[in-house]
Amino acid sequence: MVDASTSAHGDLKLSHLTKSFGDFKAVDDLSLTIPEGSFFALLGPSGCGKTTTLRMIAGLEEPTSGTMHVGNTDITDMRPYRRPVNTVFQNYALFPHLSIFENVAFGLRRRGIKDVKAQVDKVLELVELPHLAERKPTQLSGGQQQRIAVARAIVNRPALLLLDEPLGALDLKLRRQMQIELKWIQTEIGLTFVHVTHDQEEAMTMADTIAVMNEGRIEQMGSPADLYDNPKTAFVANFLGQSNLIKGAIESNGADSLLVNLFGQKVALPRSRSAAKDSSILVGIRPEKFRIQPEGKEMSGNILTGGVISDVSYIGVSTQYQVEMPWGQELIVFEQNDDGVPPLDKGDKVKLSWEPIFTFGLDGSQDANAGSKLIADEEE
Amino acid sequence: MKQATRWFSKNLIRIYAGLGFTYLFIPVLYTFAFSFNDYRKSNLAWRGFTLNNWKNPCGAPDICNALGNSLKIGLIATTIATILGTLIALALGRYAFKGRTFVNLLIFLPMATPELVLGASLLTMFLNFGFNPGFLTIVIAHVMFCISFVVVTVKARIASLDPRLEQAAMDLYADERETFRRVTLPLLAPGIAGAALLAFSLSFDDFIITNFNSGNVNTFPKFVYISAERGLPAQANVIGSSMFFIALIIVLLGQVVQRKRKVS
Repeated sequence: MVDASTSAHGDLKLSHLTKSFGDFKAVDDLSLTIPEGSFFALLGPSGCGKTTTLRMIAGLEEPTSGTMHVGNTDITDMRPYRRPVNTVFQNYALFPHLSIFENVAFGLRRRGIKDVKAQVDKVLELVELPHLAERKPTQLSGGQQQRIAVARAIVNRPALLLLDEPLGALDLKLRRQMQIELKWIQTEIGLTFVHVTHDQEEAMTMADTIAVMNEGRIEQMGSPADLYDNPKTAFVANFLGQSNLIKGAIESNGADSLLVNLFGQKVALPRSRSAAKDSSILVGIRPEKFRIQPEGKEMSGNILTGGVISDVSYIGVSTQYQVEMPWGQELIVFEQNDDGVPPLDKGDKVKLSWEPIFTFGLDGSQDANAGSKLIADEEE
Repeated sequence: MKQATRWFSKNLIRIYAGLGFTYLFIPVLYTFAFSFNDYRKSNLAWRGFTLNNWKNPCGAPDICNALGNSLKIGLIATTIATILGTLIALALGRYAFKGRTFVNLLIFLPMATPELVLGASLLTMFLNFGFNPGFLTIVIAHVMFCISFVVVTVKARIASLDPRLEQAAMDLYADERETFRRVTLPLLAPGIAGAALLAFSLSFDDFIITNFNSGNVNTFPKFVYISAERGLPAQANVIGSSMFFIALIIVLLGQVVQRKRKVS
């Protein structure tokens, strides 16, 4: 029998993958293709099914239905140790009774490779920890253990490397550093990385393609820039960065642009950027796209008047305003501190403007806050 | 006066600990001291210091035969109980199956049952099955009551074992057997060793169940009990003290090895 653990390679193809726990569908009819050599992120809040998906790919969880292929090899029913897949576990899962060297050599030895030293040394060199080979895992810092966990997986040159929230246990600064390092390692060795995370910034920094998951399904998939600029659902708009979503009604349907009534004020948006199904629409504007001016000043583009500043946070590079609109909604505005004008004050009457092309439109039947509360939960 | 009270309140915990340990170790010290007694018929009154008992520990009739039996039974029963108990613990700790809660409860029962009842009913059972009480029946009885303790001890270790370590091994091309050999077993080893020591000490000094099921095979506890009626020879103190010191050395060695592992 040809050993798939070394021979199989190619795109990872998931077809109609479903995993139920009793009545609960953790993963619901998921189909997707991850191209060979890409850095792919599964992004979503806890409980969205991303980790279950990863565990099914690793063979640690059995799908209820559906299939998984690597290239032309069907891996759906393969035992985990036969799959061309290695995992970097959330808390690293380094073997505490083995030295770092033996941890890294574990996979090679199990495949019957006798002379492991050269390969282990090389990969320890790659993660810049060759001097720790004889230590035990407990003697390493979190960041070092993380790198060893990566080394232990990539030394086997799997067709797929799975990363399950690999940076979750590290502090912020180390996390940023490891993000860059992981991305570098991926480019260096050219393996396919499938990365599960709830941290949208992490996903955007590292991945070529992000699939945003929610309740067992893929909400939207695309490049980080595409997802940020053209979210297709309120969930994606709120989960990936921050969004101001304002309920409105489409008044007129032009050839290239729509005119929308937002609580009595009219704004325009490109027709191509609207995902509204009928006249009910959620108009989306990212906080940094707004310009903010005191009431009475001349402005161009889309304009919303009647705002009152309810909160100001000065954070160096920018100032963040919360502006209460006449219809009671609080909008978020990020203003770059690059014009030498002192920030506005709480209680100031203001108007907001932005370029129509920065506006996106979503189907108006959704909850405008979908996905935003989840971020607050994750941060706790 | 005030100073004295302050000293007292400051050292209260030490005094308390000292008293506690004295209470615990006086019997051991007594046993040890009387192993040097130049005893005649009984070893209850001090008659003068001698090294004769230590020079000739097998001096009392049948004592070394009894000791040998106890060691043999202990080793055999421990080996069997540790293997079976570990497998039961793995089944209970790692797999969900119908009736697991019930089995968990059943495992506790032998520990909660009075030994007297166990001993008597085992004898009845052996006789009904036509077994003559002897070496084999002792081993069977000991394995039976040791298993529960092994299961409980090993299960505690399994509960603290991160299942992701085994998953990581599987992920790194180790099949079920290799995973068990390379990861599960080494990580459970301290728990299994602890369970084995516990099983051995339980078997070694069991008297009640053994007495029912031993026929005319002598064991060390049986020897001590029977000779206590006529006067216990000081050789029993020699063996008792030796067992204590051997146990102490094993524990200390374990500590040293563990500390060394942490440092390196």
